[in-house]
Amino acid sequence: MTFAVEIRHSQGDFRIEADFTSEGGVTALFGRSGSGKTSVLRIVGGLVRPDHGRIIVGDQVLLDTSKGICLPPHRRGLGYVFQEPRLFPHLTVRQNLNYGQWFAGSRSSFADPEKIIAILGLEALLPRRPGSLSGGEKQRVAIGRALLASPRILLMDEPLSALDEARKAEILPYIERLRDELNLPILYVSHSVSEVARLADRVVAMADGRVTGIGNASEILGIQTVATGRESGSVLEGLVRLQGEDPDLAAIALRGCRLFVPRGDLHEGQKLRVHIPAREVLLATSEPHGISALNVLKGEIRSMTGSDGGAVDIALRCGEEVLRARITGLSAKRMDLMVGQSIHAIIKTVALDPSGRAR
Amino acid sequence: MELPSLSEEEWTAIRLSLKVASVAVIASLPLGVLVAYLLARKRFWGHALLNGIVHLPLILPPVVTGYLLLIAFGRRGFIGSFLESTFGLILSFRWTGAALACAVMGFPLMVRSIRLSIEAVDLKLEEAARTLGASPVMVFLTVTLPLMLPGIIAGLVLAFAKAMGEFGATITFVSNIPGETQTLSAAIYTFTQVPGGDAGALRLTVISIVISMAALLLSEALARRVGKRIEAE
Repeated sequence: MTFAVEIRHSQGDFRIEADFTSEGGVTALFGRSGSGKTSVLRIVGGLVRPDHGRIIVGDQVLLDTSKGICLPPHRRGLGYVFQEPRLFPHLTVRQNLNYGQWFAGSRSSFADPEKIIAILGLEALLPRRPGSLSGGEKQRVAIGRALLASPRILLMDEPLSALDEARKAEILPYIERLRDELNLPILYVSHSVSEVARLADRVVAMADGRVTGIGNASEILGIQTVATGRESGSVLEGLVRLQGEDPDLAAIALRGCRLFVPRGDLHEGQKLRVHIPAREVLLATSEPHGISALNVLKGEIRSMTGSDGGAVDIALRCGEEVLRARITGLSAKRMDLMVGQSIHAIIKTVALDPSGRAR
Repeated sequence: MELPSLSEEEWTAIRLSLKVASVAVIASLPLGVLVAYLLARKRFWGHALLNGIVHLPLILPPVVTGYLLLIAFGRRGFIGSFLESTFGLILSFRWTGAALACAVMGFPLMVRSIRLSIEAVDLKLEEAARTLGASPVMVFLTVTLPLMLPGIIAGLVLAFAKAMGEFGATITFVSNIPGETQTLSAAIYTFTQVPGGDAGALRLTVISIVISMAALLLSEALARRVGKRIEAE
């Protein structure tokens, strides 16, 4: 299912202009809070009517202001997962899950409820009431509820942002399974580099209500270092290569270099994307010996840019990949770093984002 | 102390009061929900005016309300004559008129209570229901209405209690006819007006207290059961 979105909208002084398309998979609307990404999602979902716009899903027009077409939200056939779970407190988990099915009517169900309940691990929760669930459980039920209404696209508005790290880690694998097993297009709003790096096939970057870039995750997230501050880093993608007999270690083959990661339940040939935060990369001018880090990549400094707070952002070329490191200005001066210099980048294994590992 | 037995007239007054109060609250409930919904959710021209009219019976002397009802719903009143010629429905000096008077007097209490409960319903839940395919009417029936149930119960009980105790508007509108419009309050009043009526007045007073207390306890029990089901996340 493909979809196309074209929106012009004013909210007071704030103007939103967004054009993008999706061929399926996970499309992330990515940007800081206040960049207008949630507004775009609400417009797509039919919760806000834009001044001008056209939204087409498959061959159905959901919105075309020039022709006066604007389907109300209940007739758009889209699933919506909000920042908060928004479960109905007067219904049990099972009734919450079934709610959308009552209205889906003749629309064919793309997945059987049993499978979705299994993917999201909801069996044990069915007879309970929302009040007695944990935050992570509630959000899983909310995702299941949206899916069981058989949407043609799933809209997700920062579904993890209200949760702590442990709960996020609990839910991310479920979303990955949805992406991989249901073949359902997802429009995913987030300001988190690691979430987007892990989930998105295509990223639409937004700032101040406008689209500033569209591309695959590594292209866009690499450019966005300045925009995302503390979380800046590199997103690299490669195939998993198991290391012979070693039961604990696996490698990710990148272009011209490789990274070692704990094997976990990775399997040979699996495509894996990892996010390496720039602040987790150490630099050394000579090859380090006797250190605990698994990954030491040899590379060359491509660029150095000072950023706020006296830090220096350094882009390294390792093989064909670009790796980003952030060090203090003082260190850069002491080490006498300069563009073109060859350098060793030390990456703590734990700094690798655990992307997709739970699959 | 020997339990004093009630006379036939006293029983009649009790039964009539229960009937009048029940009919009054049940018949006015749908309108109460509608008006409360409009006041809570909609912004329209005349909002303040509607709010004022709903509250009028609360601030006007009951006799004035009763007299206005008599003017409008009496057999020669403009609504009363219409109802009689179209539906054959006569309100003045009938128990149905007493029910109307009680409904009007209890209406502000009912609307206030229901309105508060609607305002407490999270709009975000209704939004979620819309995205799940529910039309606005279905959202109201499946989400809003169940969540405002405690307020509806409270409103019903308040209006019922008000109806049981209504006196001024009723006696002005439909008079004090034993067996037709003589409710509990009117019967007590009548007892106090005749020599030696104290015992009767006291008996009915006790009955009145018992009924009010029972209604209150019942509503508390209901509200607790419903509240447990929909306790907030």
